[in-house]
Amino acid sequence: MKTLLKIFAWATLRMERGAKEKNHQLYKPYTNGIIAKDPTSLEEEIKEIRRSGSSKALDNTQEFELSDIFYFCRKGMETIMDDEVTKRFSAEELESWNLLSRTNYNFQYISLRLTVLWGLGVLIRYCFLLPLRIALAFTGISLLVVGTTVVGYLPNGRFKEFLSKHVHLMCYRICVRALTAIITYHDRKNRPRNGGICVANHTSPIDVIILASDGYYAMVGQVHGGLMGVIQRAMVKACPHVWFERSEVKDRHLVAKRLTEHVQDKSKLPILIFPEGTCINNTSVMMFKKGSFEIGATVYPVAIKYDPQFGDAFWNSSKYGMVTYLLRMMTSWAIVCSVWYLPPMTREADEDAVQFANRVKSAIARQGGLVDLLWDGGLKREKVKDTFKEEQQKLYSKMIVGNHEDRSRS
Amino acid sequence: MGSGSSHTATIPDLDDIRRETGFSQASLLRLYRRFRTLDQNKKGYLSRTDLEQIGALAVNPLGDRIIDSFFPDGNLKVDFAGFVRVLAHFRPIEEEDTGNQDPKEPEPLNSRMNKLRFAFQLYDLDRDGKISRQEMLQVLRLMVGVQVTEEQLESITDRTVQEADEDGDGAVSFHEFAKSLEKMNIEQKMSIRILK
Repeated sequence: MKTLLKIFAWATLRMERGAKEKNHQLYKPYTNGIIAKDPTSLEEEIKEIRRSGSSKALDNTQEFELSDIFYFCRKGMETIMDDEVTKRFSAEELESWNLLSRTNYNFQYISLRLTVLWGLGVLIRYCFLLPLRIALAFTGISLLVVGTTVVGYLPNGRFKEFLSKHVHLMCYRICVRALTAIITYHDRKNRPRNGGICVANHTSPIDVIILASDGYYAMVGQVHGGLMGVIQRAMVKACPHVWFERSEVKDRHLVAKRLTEHVQDKSKLPILIFPEGTCINNTSVMMFKKGSFEIGATVYPVAIKYDPQFGDAFWNSSKYGMVTYLLRMMTSWAIVCSVWYLPPMTREADEDAVQFANRVKSAIARQGGLVDLLWDGGLKREKVKDTFKEEQQKLYSKMIVGNHEDRSRS
Repeated sequence: MGSGSSHTATIPDLDDIRRETGFSQASLLRLYRRFRTLDQNKKGYLSRTDLEQIGALAVNPLGDRIIDSFFPDGNLKVDFAGFVRVLAHFRPIEEEDTGNQDPKEPEPLNSRMNKLRFAFQLYDLDRDGKISRQEMLQVLRLMVGVQVTEEQLESITDRTVQEADEDGDGAVSFHEFAKSLEKMNIEQKMSIRILK
C-alpha cells in the first residue's frame, strides 16, 4: 500500500515537471474553493461600504444608500464563481494523481515512464483484480439470496436468528472482499444495539455493505424491482427489515409509524438510516431530514470517511447508473475507509427534532473531519426555498427601516 | 468525477479571452472548470436555469438581476467567453493595469468606471442611461421583500434620488451616480480575488 502511495507522489511530481518543460498550465485542485473570501456579516459589510463612501459624519447608520447594492452584487458574483453546495455533488479532487485516468485533469502525454506505469496499472486493475472481484461479488450475492431464503423456512426462534445473523454477516464480508474495501473500525464498543436507530453520512450504496459487515441491522428503504428486489425479498424472509412501497414513502406519518413500531419492539434489530437523503461526495455533511429524529429512540451516530487516494467511492447518480458505478468501484485500486462509532445520543427535553438532528450532524462532521453544512442535500435536484431569501431581506430591511423610524420620531 | 481533460488546449479562443479580460491562464483554467461544473447537461453554454440552481445565489435578493447581467439583449445562452467577460468586471485592479495604459486600447473591463457601470446596470433595467424613480423603487423592493411598506419605500426612494440628482430631472444619470460614489473604494468592494 505504501509503495503505491510513493508511486502516486512520484507520478504527480513527474507530471508537474513535464508540464513546466512544455510550458503548459497544470490544473491544481483546491479543496477550499477558488476565491478568497472574507467571512463578514451583512451588517458589517454594508456599514463599512457606507463609511468609506460617505463624507458625512455618521452617528447612526443612515437609510438606504446607492452603494448598498455593491454588497449583494459582489456576494452574488462570489457564489457564481464558487459556492459551497454545487461542488459537493461531484467527486472530490485529489492533490496527487493516483494513476487512474478518470481523476487526471491534465491527461496528456508527458513521459514514457509515466505512460508505461499507467498502462501497467490498467493491466493489473482490469485483467487481474476485476475478474477476481466480479467472481467474489457474484458468490456473495447469490449466497445471500439462497442463504436467507433457506433460513426463512425455519421456524421463528433463537436458532433462526443466530443462523440469519451469521448468513448476513458472512455474505456482507464476501461482498466487502469483492470490492477490496479496507475498513478501519473505531470505537466498536459504541456499536448500535437493539431498539436504536443508527444514522450515518451517505456517500454511496457501499456504505450499507460496509456497516452491515460489522453489525447486524434492519434496513430501511424503497422496494426496488429487478435484482435489488430479489435480494430485498429474500432478506425479509430471514429477519424483519422495513421496506416501503414507493407510494408510501411520500406519506411521512406512515413511515414514522412503521419505524416507531419497529423500534419499540426490543427484540428487533437497530435500524440503519441515512438522513441526508442523497449521496454527498464525502467532503461535507448536509442537512439531516428530521423524520428519523422525531421518533424518540436512542440514536447511534456513525461517521464514515473514505480515503479517495485509492479509489473514490462517491456515487454521482446523475452521471452514472448503478452498474457503471459498481464497475468503476471494482476497477479502482481499493476502497479505503474509516468508520467511527460515536457514543449514543438522545433527544433532550428542550430540543426539538431539528435541533437534535443538527447536533448529531455536527458530531458526525467533527469526527469525520467533514464540513458541516446547513444546506439541504435535495438541492442536487430541486431549487432552494424562498424562505431563505426572506431572511436576507429581513436582515437588510431592519438596517434601513429601523433607522427611518428613529429619524421620523426625532 | 473529473472526466475529460480541461487543460488549456481545450478552452476555445483562449488568447483572445485572455487579452480581453486580463485574467491569468491559471485563473481562466479554474473558471473553465467552474463553467463546466455549472453546465449540467454538458451543452457547452449556460442557460438561466443553470445559474438559478446555485442555492446561495437564489437566496440573494438581487439574484435575478445578477443572472440577467449574463444574458444581455434577450440572449438565452451564454458561452464561456461571455461568462468570463462578466466576471472580469470583478477582477482586482493591479498596478500593471493602470501603469501602461495605451490610449488606443479600450479600457480594461475591471477599471473603476466599468465596475461602476456594471453596478449602474443592475439598477437601470431599460438601459436608457438613467435610473428613474420607478427603477430605484423596484430594486429597493427586491432587497427588502415584503418587510417594508410601500410608503416607507417611496420616501426612502425620493430622498435618495433627491440627494444624488444634480440637474433636477428626477432621475439619476450615470454621471450623477459616479459622482455620489466618488469617495468609495470601489476597487476593493467590487473585486473578487481568485487564488493562484
